[in-house]
Amino acid sequence: MAFETVIGLEVHAQLSTKSKIFCACPATFGAAPNENTCPVCTGMPGALPVLNRKAVEFTIRTALATSCAVQRRSVFARKNYFYPDLPKAYQISQYELPIALGGHVDIEVDGGTKRIGITRIHMEEDAGKLVHEGEFAGSQSSLADLNRCSVPLMEIVSEPDMRTPEEGGAYLRRLRDILVYLGVCDGNMEEGSFRCDANVSVRPVGQEAFGTKVELKNMNSFRNVEKALEYEIRRQVGEIGDGGKIVQETRLWDVNAGVTVSMRRKEEAHDYRYFPDPDLLPLVVDDSWVEELRATIPEMPAEKVARLGRRYGIPRYDAEILASSRALADFFEASAALYGGNPKTTANECVHWKDAVLAGTLSPETIAHAAEDRERGTISATASKKLVELVLSTGKPFRTLRDEQGLTQVSDTSALDAIVEKVIASSPKEVETYRAGKAGILSFFVGQVMKESRGKANPKVVQEVLKKRLGG
Amino acid sequence: MANVPVYEWSLLEAARAVREKRISSRELTGAILARIEALDPKVHAYITVLREAASAQAAACDEEQAKGTVRGPFHGVPIGLKDIFCTRGVRTTCGSRILHDFLPPYDACVTEKVLAAGAVVPGKQNMDEFAMGSSTETSFFGPTRNPWDLSRIPGGSSGGTAAAVAAAMCFAGVGTDTGGSIRQPASLCGVVGVKPTYGRVSRYGMVAFASSLDQAGPIARSVADAAALLGAIAGYDRRDSTCVDLPVPDYLAAVERPVKGLRVGLPKEYYEGGGLSADVRAAVERALKVLTDQGAEVVEVSLPHTEYALSTYYLIAPAEASSNLARYDGVRYGYRAEGATGLIEMMSRTRAEGFGDEVKRRVMIGTYALSAGYYEAFYGKAQKVRTLIRDDFTKAFKAVDVLLTPTAPTAAFRLGEKTGDPLTMYLSDIYTIPCNLAGIPGISVPCGVSADRLPVGAQLLADSFREETLFTAAGAIERALPWRRVAPVEG
Amino acid sequence: MAITREEVLHVARLARLAMSGDEADRLGGQLSAILDYVRQLDRLDTRDVVPTSHAIETGTPFRDDAVEPFGDREALLSNAPDRRDDCFRVPRIIED
Repeated sequence: MAFETVIGLEVHAQLSTKSKIFCACPATFGAAPNENTCPVCTGMPGALPVLNRKAVEFTIRTALATSCAVQRRSVFARKNYFYPDLPKAYQISQYELPIALGGHVDIEVDGGTKRIGITRIHMEEDAGKLVHEGEFAGSQSSLADLNRCSVPLMEIVSEPDMRTPEEGGAYLRRLRDILVYLGVCDGNMEEGSFRCDANVSVRPVGQEAFGTKVELKNMNSFRNVEKALEYEIRRQVGEIGDGGKIVQETRLWDVNAGVTVSMRRKEEAHDYRYFPDPDLLPLVVDDSWVEELRATIPEMPAEKVARLGRRYGIPRYDAEILASSRALADFFEASAALYGGNPKTTANECVHWKDAVLAGTLSPETIAHAAEDRERGTISATASKKLVELVLSTGKPFRTLRDEQGLTQVSDTSALDAIVEKVIASSPKEVETYRAGKAGILSFFVGQVMKESRGKANPKVVQEVLKKRLGG
Repeated sequence: MANVPVYEWSLLEAARAVREKRISSRELTGAILARIEALDPKVHAYITVLREAASAQAAACDEEQAKGTVRGPFHGVPIGLKDIFCTRGVRTTCGSRILHDFLPPYDACVTEKVLAAGAVVPGKQNMDEFAMGSSTETSFFGPTRNPWDLSRIPGGSSGGTAAAVAAAMCFAGVGTDTGGSIRQPASLCGVVGVKPTYGRVSRYGMVAFASSLDQAGPIARSVADAAALLGAIAGYDRRDSTCVDLPVPDYLAAVERPVKGLRVGLPKEYYEGGGLSADVRAAVERALKVLTDQGAEVVEVSLPHTEYALSTYYLIAPAEASSNLARYDGVRYGYRAEGATGLIEMMSRTRAEGFGDEVKRRVMIGTYALSAGYYEAFYGKAQKVRTLIRDDFTKAFKAVDVLLTPTAPTAAFRLGEKTGDPLTMYLSDIYTIPCNLAGIPGISVPCGVSADRLPVGAQLLADSFREETLFTAAGAIERALPWRRVAPVEG
Repeated sequence: MAITREEVLHVARLARLAMSGDEADRLGGQLSAILDYVRQLDRLDTRDVVPTSHAIETGTPFRDDAVEPFGDREALLSNAPDRRDDCFRVPRIIED
């Protein structure tokens, strides 16, 4: 029996705000235990939440960038459960009425485009961290660090539109690119600021109804998401093939063993008793605010790749590298504007110096000058690289360094004639070989001339002069 | 004023005397602390008396005043706080074992405002555990007694504050009202109590019972004192998302305005049914006569959903409370059960041992009302009926400026009289609860005595942010029906 | 409506309230009486009624995204019944 896989993904993205979603504590990583806490996020009696405007704006911008309908009225609810990392014993989260509904993201698969639906986007607060003292099995106690409590999260729930682990991976990468482009999330999976849970089921090809779905957790990289999905699909198909049944459950990806492991099945039946949080009023978003935010939405990665190709005539491969970062693409466009020659040369330089560009240590002028000098043959490829490195180490302008270092290529044939004469005179044997028809030996002469000119000669010009002088 | 003991002065008189340097804050505070020492063993209005801190505060006030600095309108005057307001570094128990040793890391907004007004805080006042009760008998620290008759309850949940004000163990106090917890004890103790419009006073730092209903308000011995104190604690606070950003009017100026032409509504549902005692009815009718004699106009109105208010309240308040009180889990502060072998046992025993019966009962009702399969039938239904109750008031306030009702069906009852039957106890709040559901302001003002010579209060209700109207009507009643104000505390 | 002992104990578990069987029976009786009373709401037709969560009709206010550290971690930690390494310490998590 052939099976089809159905995958839906739930992404929790940490919003890159300075402060937490409901209090003014820093939302940053790495502070000493409980250093980033206050009466509000530690659930002290009487403390109350106040919503961070920036967190709302980041979520609205995400909604707009993924073609979701921004809801003019949404509601924060309380999700009630007891756990030591949840100080109020409820999580404030949007439940019945989220801030955004019904969008999509387009992914590239098998050379085509596939549209993945987004069911909803909602805002919520993160919980703290619980560390078990000693080995987990023998641990007598745990320690709660509440620094992460109330860090703003956005949950993006996809439709069950993906059919392969690769599509899942492509969707996640595209979504992360969008969030990073928007500047609303740093996209760091290892640090947990971009987390993903998956719902996966299989069904016989042709069957309309979904199979029983299993929730997968604990995957902290794109590769792990794909691997976990691959494993889980094999497991489910195997289970059914053996006449078994799929149990609706949550399974954890064990990265070391490369398998998914069932979480305790006899979980206490969850009853979160959601109800509207009486400490917050409905989140009201008016049209003018949405329009104001719409104006701040940058071009998204897919559009940018297409436009760079169209406008500059550069290959898709280059465009994709450039568009992988908004900063890199902007830099390329700034450099191309300074030098009106072939954008492909400028693109090559940008791709080559990508790390320095992203580190902010290069200016578009440097790249524009490097591209122009290369294309005009004023400097060699080697000299160009050396000069950019000097720009990076000394901070001096590219052309100043070029002139100081005397790295300009000699392309003037009259200036080369003397050297060519000298090389020919001192290599009679090789001249004979050449004239006997072994054209391959020309490179020997070019090398000799380059050596004599101390690298300053333009090799193309040298070749032409040599051919003319040697005849043939 | 010469013949009246210092502690019996009104809040405004005491404040004026300090301002005019006729008395020092030390003397004023000393008189209050002495009064507490003499009477509180009988009344038990305080959970924590801040003898040293209050004396130090008074000394600081005197020193500042000598240098010409005055903190605010109540400079150097002792004002009590219900033990529900967080006070930084000062034990705040909310009347519960589970917070018996809790030292808040911050001050409530009300605490800040009372201190900024220059007040000295003589102590934290007794209350029903987590404000759940109508008699102050559910306090972990023992009941408060009614200063007019020590065998009776003072009402609740702000019973400690009302009793302390009535017995002159402070010049005024701040309580909280979720379903009548300021107005009902004010009525039973013969003092003035105000439940402001929801959103008028910040809830920041006030231990939550039912967040959509809780409001802090003043309890005082005169309408003018209550008006002045409300003026000091009201106002916008950006730390409370439900606090409304509207200017605070001069409430004191409203107290002496004439009531001529005021349209007074009598909601017929409040006067029907068998629960209302004859002496309370008679006292409220006297208050009505005062208003009509002075030119107010009487309009009979109907609030048809009144009979559903108690049910609505006893679903909404416990539901919110079940969630608000979930944080008392023995992890970060307060009581923790000893010797538990695992986390769940620790939490469950902490809460079972830390909460009293009434709190557990309401947490159970609330949890049940929100649980899967019951939400729509109970909590969802109650929220819809809440809309109908609000709409009743909206309609009524198109025809009238103020509603006049009894505050409580009876005068103070005896200790232990109603503790056996929760539903009977809940009926004490039958006239005060609709106001909280609608979010409108209410006041209880003394209007006579019962057959047993116990104080009886009249309740006035107005439309949202119309507290001034309440002060005007209550002021007229107070002037026409003079009241002894300070309880003798005998027995 | 009578609430069974099992229902009471289930709700008590959700609310994290340790409870004996006797206590559950006693509380069950009281809860049943209260729930019977509030069932009077069923008499009202509320199909077209919008629920009220708040007496206030405006949208929730916002705060600016500015950091203001609380600055007194000790005051937050000092209430802890059990504390270690600036963390709140809790007994181990045993599944029941």
